[in-house]
Amino acid sequence: MAELSTRFLDLTLPTPLVLASGIWGTTVSLLVRAAEEGCGAVTAKSCGPTPRAGHVNPSCLDWGHGLINAIGLANPGAQAEVELLRAAKAKLRPMGVALIASIFAGPPEEFGEVAAIVAQAAPDFIEVNISCPNVHSEFGEPYAGDPDAAAEVTGRVKDAVREAGIAVIVKLAPNVPSIGRIVRAVVAAGADALCVINTMPGMVIDAESGQPILANRSGGLSGPALKPIALKCVYDARKACPETPIIGTGGVTSGVDAVEMLMAGATVVGVGSAIYYRGPSAISLICAELAAWLDAHHIARVEEIQNCAHRERIYSVAPTGAPIPLAH
Amino acid sequence: MLPTPCRIVAIEVDNYRTKTFIFDARLEAAPGQFVMAWLPRFDEKPFSLVNADPVTLMITAVGPFTRLVHELQVGDRLWLRGAFGHGFCAFPEQRRPALVGGGYGVAPLLWLARQQLAEGAQVTVIVGARTQADLLYIDRFERVSDSTSPGALTIRVTTEDGSRGQPGRVLDALTPLIERGEVDGVYACGPHGMLQAVEAVAQRASLPCQCSWEAYMRCAIGICGACEHAGKVLCLDGPVLAAQRSFGASSHCASPL
Repeated sequence: MAELSTRFLDLTLPTPLVLASGIWGTTVSLLVRAAEEGCGAVTAKSCGPTPRAGHVNPSCLDWGHGLINAIGLANPGAQAEVELLRAAKAKLRPMGVALIASIFAGPPEEFGEVAAIVAQAAPDFIEVNISCPNVHSEFGEPYAGDPDAAAEVTGRVKDAVREAGIAVIVKLAPNVPSIGRIVRAVVAAGADALCVINTMPGMVIDAESGQPILANRSGGLSGPALKPIALKCVYDARKACPETPIIGTGGVTSGVDAVEMLMAGATVVGVGSAIYYRGPSAISLICAELAAWLDAHHIARVEEIQNCAHRERIYSVAPTGAPIPLAH
Repeated sequence: MLPTPCRIVAIEVDNYRTKTFIFDARLEAAPGQFVMAWLPRFDEKPFSLVNADPVTLMITAVGPFTRLVHELQVGDRLWLRGAFGHGFCAFPEQRRPALVGGGYGVAPLLWLARQQLAEGAQVTVIVGARTQADLLYIDRFERVSDSTSPGALTIRVTTEDGSRGQPGRVLDALTPLIERGEVDGVYACGPHGMLQAVEAVAQRASLPCQCSWEAYMRCAIGICGACEHAGKVLCLDGPVLAAQRSFGASSHCASPL
């Protein structure tokens, strides 16, 4: 049986699967359940400076080729989150499963404040959701869309948790002209690792009522439709920063999907919408399929396939590029 | 699946704040499963299916959404998607099930009772409410009783103020049945406190017990975690959960029918 344990930053995770933020991360028992299903790391639901109820329903839909959601960052606030993270950490540590806290905020300095609060719980890592709108921008573009804004937020969080010695993962958005530019900026600002990618903005309209279905009107696409976008972003991010650990997230619902994500350059693989597509045992199914794929290809360790797509196949001759003439 | 506009073909008034809506739609579903009902650009709420063919929902006016739905007339549309979650699974080997409904928890039990009666089971249904005015679906259960073999369906009613039936709560009617060994399985739907009490009394007697747990369903597809209860996401693992048995782990019911 292939070895699934994977080095991520300074930890060796039992598997390369990571529960994505916003999925099951609302309670200790669900985080533990994801760990028992086979996650090597689990991400708690994103928390901000104050409690938020989130948007009314509909907040999540299956639109045919993926999901779309606008939960609205429902969370109990950073202070309450500390208790949840502490309790989760105590249960996850004996399992060898890492706990990732996830944070968002308004102005850049607030990211630092939330990070400092969350750091009290000593999570293994802090993930920073920079897809929220930049409050200083006229059009409220996400921090994730601007290299300088993304770097500023990263720097604020790093400063806040440097003393605690907690590594910072910056979660990037797919809807940017050059993700490589953002990657370079946040890594230069101190990001220890990246999570690539967040959901892709979208909208679903009900023709019969003539209205957007989500209460928030627009939301984030996930699931199978996101996978090719995520693969490209991970590939580009890996090219931009060959040494930075990456959580490759987006549309992974099977073991082969996870293989592809690792080949694109992911260090470990995020899983979220798969729990809808494959059921509550999605994580253990994906783990088993990943191990079976590696065994079938006589690969002993999952780490051997990382970055595979960046090693080009070499042929002894070059293709002509000319169209093949029809035989008459 | 996306919300589909479904036309209301009939509305029945059940009590001072509850109506039953029948739609021109059918679903593949099991009792205990639920649908999400959407009023465009207003809100979307979960409702247990009273019936899947035709789709039937019991809706109690308790807030802005349900009050707006109560204003809808025959011919109006409500947008539905589902069915979601796991429902009750009736075991044919259970010959004497007790169905326990508290308040509007009776919604999925009428359909379940019909299925169990069709299997030849001897069904006891216990319907409880605060007062006589709050009771729901007694007349419907009586109609089902009239159309099956005599004695196949026993209806017991409890009200907390004693205005109809046995004074007290559903547990006061259930416990003596269990103690006398007249029940070999318990199916319940109602408020959490009632379900916890029902589970406890069933477990003491080592009876299999399935409860439909109410929760605010947010994503409805098992991913957001808003409806977590005892480590389960009720919208996907539940809303019907089999009670933890003394000899094994808790598990949800088999896949929907």
